[in-house]
Order: sequence, then C-alpha cells, then structure tokens
Amino acid sequence: MIHYLGRRLLGFAVSAWVAALAVFVVLDVVPGDPALLILGTEAQPDTLAALRAQMGLDRPAAERFVRWSGGLLRGDFGTSHTYNRPVASLVAERLAVTLPLALLALALAVAVGVPLGVWAAARRGGIADGMVRGFGRLGVAVPNFWIAMLLIWVFSVALGWLPAGGFPGWQAGTGPALAALILPAVALAVPEAAILVRLTRAAVLDTLREDYVRTATAKGVGRRVVLRRHVLPNALIPITTLVGLQFGFLVAGVVVVENVCTLPGLGRLLTQAIGQRDVTVVQGVVLLLAVLVMAVSALVDALHAVLDPRPRRAA
Amino acid sequence: MGGMGKAAVAAAALLLAAWPVGGWAQGHSGLVVGMQLEPPHLDPTAGAAGAIDEVTYANLFEPLTRIDAAGAVVPGLAERWTVSDDGLTYTFTLRPGARFHDGSVCDSADVKFSLDRARGPQSVNAQKAYFAAIDTVETPDPRTVVVRLSRPDGLFLFHMGQGDAVIVAQETADTNKQKPIGTGPFKLDRWAAGDRVELVRNPDYDGPKPALERVTFRFISDPAAQVAALLSGDVDTFPQFGTYEALDQFRKDPRFAVLDGTSEGETLLVINNARKPFDDVRVRRAIGHAIDRTTLIDGAMFGTAKPIGSHFPPHRPEYVDLTGLSAYAPAKARALLAEAGYKDGFDAVLRLPPPIYARRSGELIAAMLAEVGIRLRIENVEWAAWLERTFKGRDFDLTLVAHTEPLDIGIYARPDYYFNYRSDRFNATEDELSRTLDPARRVALLQQEQRIVAEDAVNGFLFQLPVVTVQKAGVTGMWPNRPLQANDVTGVSWK
Repeated sequence: MIHYLGRRLLGFAVSAWVAALAVFVVLDVVPGDPALLILGTEAQPDTLAALRAQMGLDRPAAERFVRWSGGLLRGDFGTSHTYNRPVASLVAERLAVTLPLALLALALAVAVGVPLGVWAAARRGGIADGMVRGFGRLGVAVPNFWIAMLLIWVFSVALGWLPAGGFPGWQAGTGPALAALILPAVALAVPEAAILVRLTRAAVLDTLREDYVRTATAKGVGRRVVLRRHVLPNALIPITTLVGLQFGFLVAGVVVVENVCTLPGLGRLLTQAIGQRDVTVVQGVVLLLAVLVMAVSALVDALHAVLDPRPRRAA
Repeated sequence: MGGMGKAAVAAAALLLAAWPVGGWAQGHSGLVVGMQLEPPHLDPTAGAAGAIDEVTYANLFEPLTRIDAAGAVVPGLAERWTVSDDGLTYTFTLRPGARFHDGSVCDSADVKFSLDRARGPQSVNAQKAYFAAIDTVETPDPRTVVVRLSRPDGLFLFHMGQGDAVIVAQETADTNKQKPIGTGPFKLDRWAAGDRVELVRNPDYDGPKPALERVTFRFISDPAAQVAALLSGDVDTFPQFGTYEALDQFRKDPRFAVLDGTSEGETLLVINNARKPFDDVRVRRAIGHAIDRTTLIDGAMFGTAKPIGSHFPPHRPEYVDLTGLSAYAPAKARALLAEAGYKDGFDAVLRLPPPIYARRSGELIAAMLAEVGIRLRIENVEWAAWLERTFKGRDFDLTLVAHTEPLDIGIYARPDYYFNYRSDRFNATEDELSRTLDPARRVALLQQEQRIVAEDAVNGFLFQLPVVTVQKAGVTGMWPNRPLQANDVTGVSWK
C-alpha cells in the first residue's frame, strides 16, 4: 500500500513538473519581453537592462528553469515580477476564492442534479421526466458566463439584493464573502447540474433494467427501497466519476465567470499573468491546477473502492 | 413543498432583502471609483502601467510640481520655485509641513534622493528621459532644492509634475510597491489583490483636507460588469468608461451624470515610413484621404471623439486644425496611388493591439482603405507581442494605437522611433523648441511642428481619444479631462 502510494505521488510530482516545463517553453518562445511590458514605450536601453538584471531575465532560459525547479524542492515557488510578491502567497490568496467557489458550485450541482435525475428516471416518460430532460438539454446548451450576466441583471441591478460582482475578501466576514460568491456559484452550477441530471437519469435507468432489480421487485420490495438500496448504490459509480471530472473543469474553467463577476480568483490571475508574461506565476498556477485535478481523480478512485465492495472481497 | 420549505425560502428572502449591499444608500464621505485595469503595484516610479498613477497620483504620492485638471503646472511638494534667466537653474522651496505617511519629515534630502535615483545607473524609471537634462541636485537647506540642468529643457517643470517624478523616502523606496509611503492627503488602508485598493484620509496632511474620508478603487475589466456595477450603485464614478455603446442609457438616466472629456491620446494609424510602399509620401497621403473620420468616430467611438489632423490634442491652446490636409476624398486617394505607381492598389498587414478603440477602428479603416484598393489583412495581437515586434522590433506595415504621453510631438524627431520618420525640417524645429523658453515663440514652434508632420502625412491622424466619466449625479470634482493618467480625487465631494 505504501509502495503504491509512493509511486502514485511520484507520478503526480513528475506530471506536474512536466506541465510547468511545457508552460515555460511555450512562454519563452512566444514574443513578448516582460521588462519591456513593465517599462512601456518610453523605456530606455539602460533601464531595460537594469530591470532585466533585477528580474533575473539576463540569465539563460535553461538556468532560469533549473533554478525555479530547485526552488520547488525547498518549497519556494518563485516571485512574481509583475506583483513583486512570492507566487505561493499570491496563489494561496486566489485559491481562497476559486476553491470555495468551485466547491459551492459542485455542491449545488450535485444537490440539484442527482435527485432530479433519480426522480426523472423513476417517472420515466411522464411530464416530470420531460421537464427534467428539457432542463438537461437547455442547461448544457447555455454558457455559464451568460447565466452569470443574467443573474447579475436580475439580482443586482433590478432587485439590488446582491453586489454586482467583486469580492470583499474573507476578512470582511463570511456573510459578505458568501454573498459575493453565490451568483457565480449558481451560474457555474447550472450547466454542471444539467450534465449530472442526464447522466444520473441514464445510470439509474440502466440499473433499473438489471436482473437483481427485477428480482427484488418480484420479491415484493417497495419501490422506494429498491431505488435506495439496489439502484442508487450501483448508479453512484459513474456519477462519482463524472463529479470528479467536473471538479477539475470547474477549477480550471472558472476564468470567464470570474471575469464577468470580477472575482479575484485563480482563473483571472492566470489570464493576467499570461498577458504580462509573468512566467513564474503561470507555472505556479498550472502546477497547482495539475496537482488539484490529479488529487481529485485519486479521491474518486478511493471513493469507488468504498462504494464498490467487489474488489475488496476478491482481495 | 412543505411548510418548512416555505419558511426557509421566506427567511432567505428576508435575509437577502435586509442585506446591506445598498450602493445607492451609501453615506457621503466615501467614494468608489471604478477602473478597468488593476495596477500591478503602487510605485509610480517603477513602471509604465497607467493604472499605477490612476490610484497613486496626487492621492498617495506628490511630485515637486503638480499638473492640475486643466493641464497647467501648479505647486506640489514645492510651494514655489524660481528659474534662472538662462533656464539652467531651478530653485524649489518645499512646503514646511510636508511629512511622509510614516511620520518622517519630507525634506530636500528626500527630493535629492528621488531625483538621483530616477536618473541613476540602477534606475528602472519608465520615463528616465524626463530627468536626462539634470546635471546636479543640491540641498543648501532642508527646505531648498537647487536643480542645475546641463541644457535648457522647456518641459522640465511639466515633467517634474508627472507620476514618474513623485518624491519618495530612501527608507521606504524599495517597499513602495506593496506599502506605498508618500506625502499625499490619502494613505493606503488595504489592498485586496485582484479586487480593490482602499485609501483613507491622512489626518496629518499639511495641505487642505480632502472632503472624502475614504476612497475605494475597484477593478472591473469586463464591459458588462462595468455597466452592472454602475447601475446597481456599487460604483460611484467610473472615469475612462470604455463601454461606449452603453453611454446613451446613462445619458438618459437622471441618476447619472456623464462627463465628456478629452485625453492626451492622439489615436493614429501608424505607418512604417521606412517600408515600401509607405516610404512614398503620396501613398501616405492617399491613406489619409481614404479615411472618413466622421464615419470612423461614429462607428468605432459612438460619436464621442474629436477628429485630429496632426499629432496634437484639440484642447490645447497651441492646437491648429489641420484635418483639411487629409480630408476624406477617395478619388484623390486613388489618383495619388496611381501617381505613385499603385494603380491596382497593394496588400499590407494592419496589426491591432487589444484596446477596443483599436480593434473597432482597425476594422472600419480596413474597409475604407479597401475602397481605394489597399487590401489590409488584420492581425490582432496582445500588448506583450505588440511591444516586442511592432514597437521595439519595428517589424510592421501599419498599426493603430493612441499615443497617450502628454505633449509628445517630439517623438517625430527621434531617429530610432518605430514609425521610422526622418525630417531635417522637423528636427531643426524641435531643436529650437527644446532651447526656447519664450512662451509666444514656443507656441509658434509647436504649431510649425504640427504642420510639418501633417504635410508629410507621417501617420494617419484619426481622433483624440475621448475620456468619458460616468458617475452618480451627486459626485462633483472629478476631472472631466485627462491631462495626465491620474484620478486625482483630492477635490472630489458629494453635492
């Protein structure tokens, strides 16, 4: 077990590092000098040279990457040259927005999507089923940023209940911070919930056709009990796989919604850093995203082991 | 839904209704200013980003002189100054009570440190050229600074009033990026990175107290979000509002006031004068005659901009209207092209940086030039790539950008500037201008320069970039015009 975990962790580290290397190479090749970007059109050759030396850009590319990798081993993620702050604190600050946002959105999506899917499957062909399937189709088709804009117009501009974007920071209190996150979380959750509804419905319908379900029903077990004890546990395996994938998409895919809602999250940090050619920040964020996505997939694997007793019995 | 559910919904609705978001119900001692871009840091002496000055200038940091709302040079940290007859020695007298936010006195040693730092070998000042004429800085007493120049510089006092020339203390110079310590009437309270910077009134300020107790700068890049932030009352004033298509809505709404102002940004279709066929003045003139400025301004800027015929802002007293030299005349443009040997026109690339004015104007201009046979391929690029390839590498045919530095017609005298223009006539005029202190002669020379670049059709002169401020009707004292990149809120109050 320890051996397995060790191998898996090492795999994590190597894949994340390779992702960072790819980012470094790409940003090194595309045109754009960060020092010129900072000093602008009136920059003089001597000020540019002084700034490049300050930023360490006068060193060869390979040396810069090796230095950065070496820093990683000591837990040093480097310094952002645009913000003049350590990347670790910068990323941690943004993660404190994006992670709660993604978790909130995911919780909403699961809380709405899974029960609706089961409900629709249980009433297959009825009006309820039709409506739920309609939601599934519509929700997948409508982009999340558009939903965010719509929600802002209704709840901020017209009703004035919630702020129209922005984030006061967690130090301003949990209430105001959550108030700032709720609209973007709903906007992110709707399309994900729609996907979950469709998959849950399909998975439940598939399971309903299984022999053991027919047997249970034939033995006189009640409908609710069949659903709860026989159908749901089996349908949960594809559902958890999807939820794990969705989390990855949510964390990495909040860029547009963060822009529309003016949230200082990871996605905005990443796009700004690319525009500013702030390589250390981009590397740091990509590294973190890679680790997060891999950690969630590992978590899903572990969950499967709990949900599905077969491999345990065989062992 | 059971009774419990209904109760929960009712409770949630009550909670939401009672939530103190009330942008419209705010007290009148604070101001929320909307900005499109967030400053990367808060040290105006170490970066060109306009957003740095837009937060810090005059609010947190003060230069020796200051530029006021009309673009005039007025006293800043120096309460008065004298200039020697030869224009080489400037003697500044500092305000007696000036103190930094950390309580330390701001004296002549700080001024000497700031100026020497900006012009020294380790300088990373984005406008180092402003300090190039300085020969020595002396400090005969704590309140007196004597600056000797190696050559006369007609713009010296104007340049010393820019954000790049603010006075900083030696002890805090290296940490100003995160913890700005200036001498201004506001000091930094909090910076929630990615979202807002909050300033509070500095109780120890020696000058007139600002009416505002607290100023919050909020950074909102998305156009739809800017509109929503204003309509919901979250933002009190939005200078440099860029969503022109929404202006009509705000003009008609009595809760808002719209200030139409002008900036120092000459918007140009920049032509690479060294590259064929643009090295031929007839081709450049043809481009000028092919552009219909009225349609361009209506289409790209929703009618908010003023046309220009040379590289000079219409709001300055030295301005001459030269738009007639490149009046819209497509037949004339075709004739000029034929004369230059391009009867069937030619192909070229128009490279566009990110700002919305550039992208929109570029598309209209491509259509207009196509009418006279110049077929443009549009290439959209980011700033980093634009600066590297177009500006620094000078590898381009045409590009479109606003030159926002104030009083910058002198760039046409630079031999290595990116549009590759060379003119002995212009250089001689610029040379005389830089040595001239007599105001009447300066006006004549500046007008001469405007004529030369217009006659040589160096670039396509399009329009002066407008500055539109949308704000709540109760806000007064915001600058309608933008003589420099700044949001000086020291004179802002509520009606």
